[in-house]
Formats: sequence, structure tokens, C-alpha cells
Amino acid sequence: MKHIGWLAVIPFIGMCAGPIIHNSATPFILGMPFILAWMVAWVFLTSLVMTVIYWVDPARRADEEAN
Amino acid sequence: MNAALIIIAASTVFALVLGIFARSHHKMSLEEWTVGGRHFGALLVFLLLGGEIYSTFTFLGASGFAYGVGGPAFYIIGYSTLSYVFSYFMLPKIWRYARNHSLVTQPDFFARKYDSPALGVLVALVGIVALVPYLVLQLTGLGIIVEAASYGAVSKAAAIIIGAVVVTLYVIISGIRGSAWTAIVKDIMIISVVAFLGFYLPIHYYGSIGKMFAAVNAAKPGFLALPAHGQDVSWFVSTTLLTSLGLLMWPQTFGAVFTASEAKVFRKNAAVLPLYQLLMLLVYFVGFTALMVVPGLKGGATNMALLKISVATFPGWMVGIIGAAGVFTALVPGSLIIMCAATLFSRNFVAALRPRQSDESTVRLAKLLVPVMAAIGCYFAISGSSTIVALLLMGYNFVTQLFPAVVLSLRERNPVTKEGAFAGILAGVATVVYFTVAHETIGKLLPSLPEVVKDLNVGVVALLVNIVVLTVVSAATASRRLPLASQTAK
Repeated sequence: MKHIGWLAVIPFIGMCAGPIIHNSATPFILGMPFILAWMVAWVFLTSLVMTVIYWVDPARRADEEAN
Repeated sequence: MNAALIIIAASTVFALVLGIFARSHHKMSLEEWTVGGRHFGALLVFLLLGGEIYSTFTFLGASGFAYGVGGPAFYIIGYSTLSYVFSYFMLPKIWRYARNHSLVTQPDFFARKYDSPALGVLVALVGIVALVPYLVLQLTGLGIIVEAASYGAVSKAAAIIIGAVVVTLYVIISGIRGSAWTAIVKDIMIISVVAFLGFYLPIHYYGSIGKMFAAVNAAKPGFLALPAHGQDVSWFVSTTLLTSLGLLMWPQTFGAVFTASEAKVFRKNAAVLPLYQLLMLLVYFVGFTALMVVPGLKGGATNMALLKISVATFPGWMVGIIGAAGVFTALVPGSLIIMCAATLFSRNFVAALRPRQSDESTVRLAKLLVPVMAAIGCYFAISGSSTIVALLLMGYNFVTQLFPAVVLSLRERNPVTKEGAFAGILAGVATVVYFTVAHETIGKLLPSLPEVVKDLNVGVVALLVNIVVLTVVSAATASRRLPLASQTAK
């Protein structure tokens, strides 16, 4: 699982993809304009990705032993 | 004296007392003053890193940005989130290196990692130049808040000077501990105030957040998306990515990393810090609500959007609480900036030229420089130069130039030589200055390029120049690089 860190590329692609694919205020999602709703969704997804990396990452265990 | 002013004055005194109280039982050595003796737990580090973005620039600036330009303002929520992804991978390594080598500032890191005091001096100068406009912005915000919340009873200039004196006192007395403890109060206040305003204002004026956005979209079609020219999709994506590299490179943020007591706090925080950025959403709600309620603000006056709508909606005491929260968002980052700039100058500029300077005299000189920095900030804030926003953007592009040399130095075999790092940073910074001074954009330089390239953030060009120079010079000087064995031993 040494390459788990590559998962961290996903938020960068995800965050930028929304405005590139669909630069529009509509549809409104949960009352928010599309681009804003997209970015908010990716804030949650980024947190999720970082949580997954945290749990799997061998570097983190190495840290804890080193401290 | 009105109710608003009494509340603001009381909370300023409270900030001062808290800052002085934070000092108790700690002897102020260089390490204690600058990095809190490396004793800060997860919560304080979280607030120093995560709360960093909640300065007055955010409180007034982001709501004003949403009010003024609409859709392009959404990049703020994206870049801050992405920068914490970098924090997971970079900060534990930076922290461990700093602890092992007793580093207390960002230029220390460069000077030690590249074994080059000259590189330390360059990084210190880049940092100081970037920090001054950031400080001016905090003080200007402070002045605007107090002037508005006192309904004009206290002038902007008087508020700026009082604020600068308060910051100077507690920075000198308690160092980073004062800032860290006030940061807790600041974040609690700003979260409460922004959460209240972000929900209350749209519901009060429109019935719901959805109806507010629908009304904005109906009145100004296209305002909630990105425009076809200027701050378009290309600008948005390049700015989001570029600024995500810069956030952790601010010297005061980089220095805050050293305050942690252990490396694992960064990895844990990386999953939570993005969620903390959601507060920005509520700041946007305030800005967009103000667009229809207090219309007509233009240019720099858009920064008044949040305060104008507050004054139009609430009684004096509530304006006082909002104003007090705003004052804290200026004082806390302001104190970190002043302390950082003073330390950079004393430790990485003066001490680099006088190698025998003791840590005691470094602290003494830094403390003498605190009021000097505050005075410089006051001067620019009161003279009200309109170029300050341009300077801040320049500052952001400045610190971003440090990213390649930092990130590559964290690899086991650093491909960058000290000459490469020095030349790359210098070339990147020079490019930023050229674009800023000449008011150039890529489109003006090369008008035949497609729109996608022309509207890229100019910082991208500077970063590319930096990387090219860094690569070429490193390759040319690689033969003189230290053998691997001695490099890892250091």
C-alpha cells in the first residue's frame, strides 16, 4: 500500500473538473448554484480521501513509532 | 460612546489580557518566543494552520469578493481545501527536520537544508516583502470595522493606531503563545458570528438560502457562474491550483508548523482542516445577500458589504459583537505577521551578517523591530494606498515561488542544488515583479494565444520560469553537489 498517496491527486482533479465541464449557475443543488455546490461536495470528498489515506498509509505508522 | 463601541473596546482589552496571561510560567527564550517551545498540541496547531485563512481579508474580503464578482469568488473554498492535502505529505517531514536541527523560522529551513546562509537571506527578504502588504490589509480592515461599528465616532486612523499598539504590546510580552490563545477566542467568535449571519440574513430577507440565490440569479444572469473572459474557467482553475501551493509557504504559516509537539498532528488534521473551510460558504451567503439589500458598492467599497448589511439590519449591540469578531480577525493574524517579519529580519537577515549574534540578542532585536513593523503597517494603512490589493497578490505569488525548492528538498535525494534553488526563486520573484509593475497579463504579452492560455493566472508563468531556471542551474552545478552519504547525514 506504499502508493496510497497517489489517491491525493483525486481532490485536485475533482475540484477543478466541475467548472471545466459545466460552467453554469444551474441546476441549483440544495439551494446553491452548481459550481458552489460542486466545490462544497469536493470539500467533503477531500476530507474522505484524506481519511482513507490516513488509515492505510504506512508512513503514518512509521511516524507514530518514530515519535 | 455607543453600545457597539463599548463591546469592541472591551473585547480588545480582553485580547490584551489574554495575550499577557498566556505568557505565565514561560521564560522567553528564542525558541519559546517564536515557536512556543515546540509544545503545542493538536488543537492549537489546528487553529494556527486552519484559522490562518480566517483573517480580516476573509471576513470582509471574501464577502466583498462574492458581492463584487460572484462566481470567481468560489475559488477560495477550493484552494484552501487543496492546500491541506499538501500538508499531509509535507508538514511531518518539515516538522521533523526543524526539530532535529532546532530551526525556528522558514529561512532557517532553507539555509540549513541547502547549507547556504545566502539562500536564507533571500528567503527572509522574499518573506518580509510578502508580509508587509498582508499586515497593511489587516490594519486597514481593522480601521474599516471600527469606523463602521462606531458609526463614525472613532476615525479609521485612530482605530488603526490603537489596534497596532495592542498587537505590539502582546507580541512583545508573550510571543506566539499570545497569538495562539487569542486565536482560540478569535475562531470561536468568528464561527459564531459568521454562522449566525450566514443563515439569518438570507432567511430574513428572502425566506431561504435557495430563494436568495434564485433571486440573485434572476436579477443578474450568469453572475453565479464564471464569466466568458477575464476571471473565466482558465483563470479559476489556475488560481485555485496555484494558490493551493502558496498557502503553506507563507512564512508565518510555515513557522506555525514548528510549534507542534509531534508530527502526527499534521496527518490527523489534514482530514479535518478541509471541513473547517466550509465556514467560507456562510461568508459567501452574507456577500450575496448584501448584493440585493445594500446595492451599489463598487471597487474597494465592496469590502464594506458585510458591515453595511449588518448596520442596516441589526441594533447597535449586535453590530458591536460583529465588529469585535472582526477586530479579532485582524489582531490575531496581524500579531503573527508582525512577529514573523520581525524575527525573519533579526534572525535571518541581521544575524546572518553577524554570525556571532547570540539568541538572546536576536530576540531583543526582534522585539525592538515589532513596533517598527507596526509603525510601517500603520503608515501604509492610514495613507490608504489603493495599490495594496495588487501588493497582496504580488505577495501571494512571491511565497508561491518557494514551493518547488521546499517540496523537492523533502525527497531522499534532493535533485536541487543551492545555486539552483537560489536562481529559481530569484527568477520567479523577478517575473512576478515584472508582471505586477508593468500591469502585464499573458494576453497582453502574447495576444495571439488562445483565451484558455491568456487568462491563466500570471503566477503560473512565474512558477514555470522558476522551475526551468531551477532545473537548468541545478543540472549545471550538480557536479559540485555533496556526496549522498554526507547529505543524508545532515
